[in-house]
Amino acid sequence: MEFISQPWPWYVAGPLIALVLFLMLIFGRNFGVSSNLRTACSMAGAGKFSDFFQIDVKDQVWNLTFVLGAIIGGFIAANYLTSSEEVMLNPSTIENLHSIGITSAANQYLPLEIFGSEALKSVKGILILVGGGFLIGFGARYAGGCTSGHAISGISNLQIPSIIAVVGFFIGGLVMTHLLIPIIF
Amino acid sequence: MKYFKFLLVGILFGIMMAKAEIISWFRIYEMFRFESFHMYGIIGSAVVLGIIIIQIIKRTKLKSIYGEEIVIPDKDFSYARYIIGGIIFGLGWAMVGACPGPMFVLIGYGYYVILLVVLGALIGTFVYGVLRNKLPH
Repeated sequence: MEFISQPWPWYVAGPLIALVLFLMLIFGRNFGVSSNLRTACSMAGAGKFSDFFQIDVKDQVWNLTFVLGAIIGGFIAANYLTSSEEVMLNPSTIENLHSIGITSAANQYLPLEIFGSEALKSVKGILILVGGGFLIGFGARYAGGCTSGHAISGISNLQIPSIIAVVGFFIGGLVMTHLLIPIIF
Repeated sequence: MKYFKFLLVGILFGIMMAKAEIISWFRIYEMFRFESFHMYGIIGSAVVLGIIIIQIIKRTKLKSIYGEEIVIPDKDFSYARYIIGGIIFGLGWAMVGACPGPMFVLIGYGYYVILLVVLGALIGTFVYGVLRNKLPH
């Protein structure tokens, strides 16, 4: 149990992601999480506004079930498998975070400055969370997939479009991390 | 039972995303600052193994557990949608430090504030669906 309650190294996680990809394929499905957001919109009646959401939700139940499992997995990890939530960051990352005012690094998985209850008391805090989510949802559907659909499934299938999309993910990520986050926070 | 196996794979996925700290905002921030090998090791090893797995599936014509051919559809080729959509996605990913998978894992983990991010992602998906025909693809 000692090994399980420690943070898992990359060489355990990477192969497990490949295993998830493999299991999805032999179950006759393609691994991709963000399409569930489209399904959720369809279920909420978005089909009235765009034919993009006129899909048969029954064909997506497998993927919604996967997401339910992911939520349960998070619960199990938090309550039974984790001894400490401290993230062993590179000291220079921590130093940089201090310089932009994030001093809660890294005693828990998420910075309290963004995800703590204080953040919910300001309009800016709420805008960061909803706005960030908006970019993720809009961008994932525009690009036709997210990290799982493009970076893992697509590149594993040697798809040039997925490589272009991942280059895009990194351009956006680098611009946000290096140029925008210091301004926003 | 038809769906139970997807629940189990989802649980495995959720535990792994949490235990390897992929759901941590800090890990994503560190990755985009190139200050840790952790995330690159995860994505890199997953992709290398993924390429091998898919090549084996294709060359051995491996069937799914239902005895059907395993079909992995090719993505339609273009530039605009992948690069523009990708950049927009990357901006959001680095800002809130969670892509769609980790978002849901974090709900289970107990970080309920992430529900605001999920709400934003649903709105973003909806707005894309409405504007889709006006956007360059």
